[in-house]
Amino acid sequence: MSDIFCSLRQLSVTYGHGAAALDRIDLDIAAGERLAIVGESGSGKSTFARALADLLPERAKVGGEMLWPALGHPPRPGRDFGFIFQDPGSSLNPVLTIGEQIAEGARRHLGLNWKQAYARAEELLGRVRMPQPDKVMRAFPHQLSGGQRQRVAIAAAIAAKPQLLIADEATSALDVVVQAEIVRLLDGLVREDGMTLLFITHDIALASGFVDRIAVFRDARLVEAGPVRSVLSAPQSDYTAELIASHRDLRTPPLIAKAAS
Amino acid sequence: MSRLQRLLSQPEGAVGLAILFILVVAGLLAPVISPGDPLRIAGRALLAPFTDPASPLGTDRLGRDVLAGLLYGARTSLAVGLAAAFSAMILGVCVGMVAGFAGGLVDEALMRVVDAFQIVPAFLLALAFVSTIGVSTPVIVLAIALGTWADPARLTRAQVLAIREQDYVASARVIGMHPAEIAFREILPNALPPVLALSATIVAGAILTEAALSFLGLGNPNIATWGSMIAEGRSVLRSASYLSVIPGAALAVTVLGVHLFSEGLGKALGDDGARAA
Repeated sequence: MSDIFCSLRQLSVTYGHGAAALDRIDLDIAAGERLAIVGESGSGKSTFARALADLLPERAKVGGEMLWPALGHPPRPGRDFGFIFQDPGSSLNPVLTIGEQIAEGARRHLGLNWKQAYARAEELLGRVRMPQPDKVMRAFPHQLSGGQRQRVAIAAAIAAKPQLLIADEATSALDVVVQAEIVRLLDGLVREDGMTLLFITHDIALASGFVDRIAVFRDARLVEAGPVRSVLSAPQSDYTAELIASHRDLRTPPLIAKAAS
Repeated sequence: MSRLQRLLSQPEGAVGLAILFILVVAGLLAPVISPGDPLRIAGRALLAPFTDPASPLGTDRLGRDVLAGLLYGARTSLAVGLAAAFSAMILGVCVGMVAGFAGGLVDEALMRVVDAFQIVPAFLLALAFVSTIGVSTPVIVLAIALGTWADPARLTRAQVLAIREQDYVASARVIGMHPAEIAFREILPNALPPVLALSATIVAGAILTEAALSFLGLGNPNIATWGSMIAEGRSVLRSASYLSVIPGAALAVTVLGVHLFSEGLGKALGDDGARAA
């Protein structure tokens, strides 16, 4: 196995006095791997992403250890990791232009001036395959479609060449066709730049199409983690088997039976 | 479509803007239309309107030209109204931002101060302030501002509290922006529109408060104000009612204009929001 990029030991997160949102998670993220975190709503997968990105609310209590052996220092937001949110409609600031929002990270962390940062932003828009990057640079988020906004959010997340990209349900707010495009885009970008990808989703089928490893979360705990092939073909826990079985496609019998006529 | 076009495409916005435009022009051109001190004696006393071309709107008990008073009064009303509303907005937005960001004890303390100002009737506060400190235009502006800054403060705080939980603020944090930068570049521009929509209402209220203060004789006696003209006409209300009616109508039209303008502005900004969603 290649170098460990991030190592979590007994990571726990509690909000207020309630039950733990994450309960003693042990997980290693290898440098350059693509890891999917799969689980149902409330399983703690988003808390996991936010804990890594230091985005938890102040009242959250974090226990355990989070080590970054590949970096040797605590990660700097934007520089060492990029974060993609679920809803690109709310993760882009409505009053700033697209160009400004992408250039910000590049200017801040790569030591560029605004002009160079804008040039880099335009180049990034090309990389995320936005048509007419020069026009989009001056546009505002409400002028773009959902899929386009998510491309912009991805461009902004990778602007400062981070080594780790965290995608928190990045495709869940999009329709199936756009989902596939975004996944293909992420896959391509991660391969080209040798980034580590943490892909958080509830859709095990979508994730298994392009990641190396899958970690399954349920009720704040890590149920199992392993290479895609072995998790899919020989799940170690019943819950994972259930999750795979509950995947629906067009061949699945309808959930609501036709009324007897 | 630009914001101005959207504003003008609504009857409220167009009428409001027209009224305000006329008032501003009247105020600016006052020295041209009627040169000299508006408080000097210009002719025979109690001249009825439309009888003498030299003073088209007549004269008051002391022979002062009503038209001149009206034009210079527009200056006072607008200047005091705008200055007071502007000061109230600045103070309110600053306090609201600090309260919203700091949270905790600072927030609690500032909000109790806001409560204290909100429960005292704005007009009584202004009255007490002016009668204690003394009558001058800056004091009147400050007195009116003190009674009205609480609303924008509360609104700004609520906006900041809502916006700081938005994903784009989190995404500004994950690209490593400094909290102060997040406050001024990410949050403030998004928090301002509703507060600005409130500002027009504050201007209208400030104009009325100024008129009420000068009606009670607490306006600056050296400048013409509509409030003092109405008060002046009160003693001859039965014989020369036009002396109170004319400045009163001007006041009503001004406040109406400001309200219509704010209504139109709110709708134009609302369209903006609907389009963005």
